Amino acid sequence: MGEGGAIPVSQEALSEAQARRQAWMASLAKADFALLDSLWQAVTDKPDYRRVRGPETGTVMVQGRAGGAGEAFNLGEMTLCRCVVDCANGHQGYSYVAGRNKRHAEVAAVLDAMLQDAATHAMIERQVIQPLSQARSQARRQRAAQVDQTRVDFFTMVRGEDNK
Amino acid sequence: MYVAVKGGEAAISAAHDLLARDRRGDTSVAELSVAQIREQLKLAVDRVMTEGSLYDRDLAALAIKQARGDLIEAIFLVRAYRTTLPRFGPSLPVDTGQIQPDRRISAIFKDIPGGQLLGPTFDYTHRLIDFTLAAESEDQEETVLADSPDAPAAEDPPPHILGILSGEGLVEKSEVPAKGDTMEAAPDLTRDPLNFPANRPLRLQNLARGDEGFLLAMGYSTQRGYGRNHPFAGEIRLGKVAVSFVPEELGFPVEIGEVEVTECDMVNQFKGSATQPPQFTRGYGLTFGHCERKAMSMALVDRALRAETYGEASDAPAQDEEFVLSHSDNVQATGFVEHLKLPHYVDFQSELEMVRRMRLKAQENTAEAAE
Repeated sequence: MGEGGAIPVSQEALSEAQARRQAWMASLAKADFALLDSLWQAVTDKPDYRRVRGPETGTVMVQGRAGGAGEAFNLGEMTLCRCVVDCANGHQGYSYVAGRNKRHAEVAAVLDAMLQDAATHAMIERQVIQPLSQARSQARRQRAAQVDQTRVDFFTMVRGEDNK
Repeated sequence: MYVAVKGGEAAISAAHDLLARDRRGDTSVAELSVAQIREQLKLAVDRVMTEGSLYDRDLAALAIKQARGDLIEAIFLVRAYRTTLPRFGPSLPVDTGQIQPDRRISAIFKDIPGGQLLGPTFDYTHRLIDFTLAAESEDQEETVLADSPDAPAAEDPPPHILGILSGEGLVEKSEVPAKGDTMEAAPDLTRDPLNFPANRPLRLQNLARGDEGFLLAMGYSTQRGYGRNHPFAGEIRLGKVAVSFVPEELGFPVEIGEVEVTECDMVNQFKGSATQPPQFTRGYGLTFGHCERKAMSMALVDRALRAETYGEASDAPAQDEEFVLSHSDNVQATGFVEHLKLPHYVDFQSELEMVRRMRLKAQENTAEAAE
């Protein structure tokens, strides 16, 4: 995507493989690093890999929409790390991770390569992706429950009682 | 104009050492960690991210520490750091309708789908100093759900309230681009100079980066009658939203993480014009983090700046696009105001000479007249 060029408004129909990859890349990017790192440490038979690019820090310009759904505008940038690795399993792993944690980006890129490999996909899915998803939905539920306790139902006082 | 000066290195260096020492304060008091600032001065961090125009909690916290709590100085540091980073591209516009709310209120409807969630708010506090906080107790109880797998599954995100009203045509619609459509990238004032007249996307970017105090005063002025536009807080929501980006080399969008945002949808009265029937119009505010005052002020000023769109008289300061957009940026403003501290010796010398000459001339004239 060129700077200042046209940007897609909605995602094109993705192939099934792309959609699955999109889902695990999102899980890896949004993971809490401490948890990801401990899951990564527990992975056995890590493949050799070579860094093709990065990990390097840059930014993405976050866009919003006027009124939530109207014209796009630039809200401000956010930091992110990207990393590309060439894995000994023959796959290239990519990662784009919010923040400036280069180690997070590198681990995510290697895991992306391992998830593309049929030989290791199921193992990584079970040992890394599923625990990450569980931790995330647990955290979301907990937060939602805390917030739910602040649900309010105000009473409206009747005005103009003088007439009664 | 100030001119370059030479020398003073030793004094400048000593001043910076003294600054570092004073920043640390009394060494018998524990030093603040960046993590403490990030976790416990969240709203300061959020403001620095919003006006520094860079979402990075640790960086903003570090900048606050370095700036000794001077938030405009911290914003300046963040802006300067940003320029050292390459930009990988724009994100897809975030879908604020997907926010899992930490707070979500409406001042226009009591009963709204999804309900009113007060969240972590200062509203309804009594603004009394809480001396128990001075005790530095660590025993903040985990009151709710330390670990509860039975907690209810997160509900679907609640709909935007103004979306409901705009269905009836009572509120101006915000246009939704058709699916699969493409649109031109939004104008970017970090890349191109601000030119007038600006369009709404450019104004919103400017306001999003703008100084909270300035926007608050401008918004307040519209409420007091300088460009009155009868606002109601249609909806305010706070929460995290996913950010997606399309890497060129992959060709499909990937989620890179989440950002917390505050969104304010303001509804404003509009009497209608020759071409438009009466309906409610809208102002919009969006910030990083929890910056509610800023988001509300931004929405008020956004609406004020749309006066011409509605054929309204635009004679108030908040409706003057050039005035508002040119003075909203606190880094620019502080640069120009504070540069007055730098040596202007030569400049002032020439003015001094001129005043001396004028006084001499005036004296001569008086003397001539007396003769």
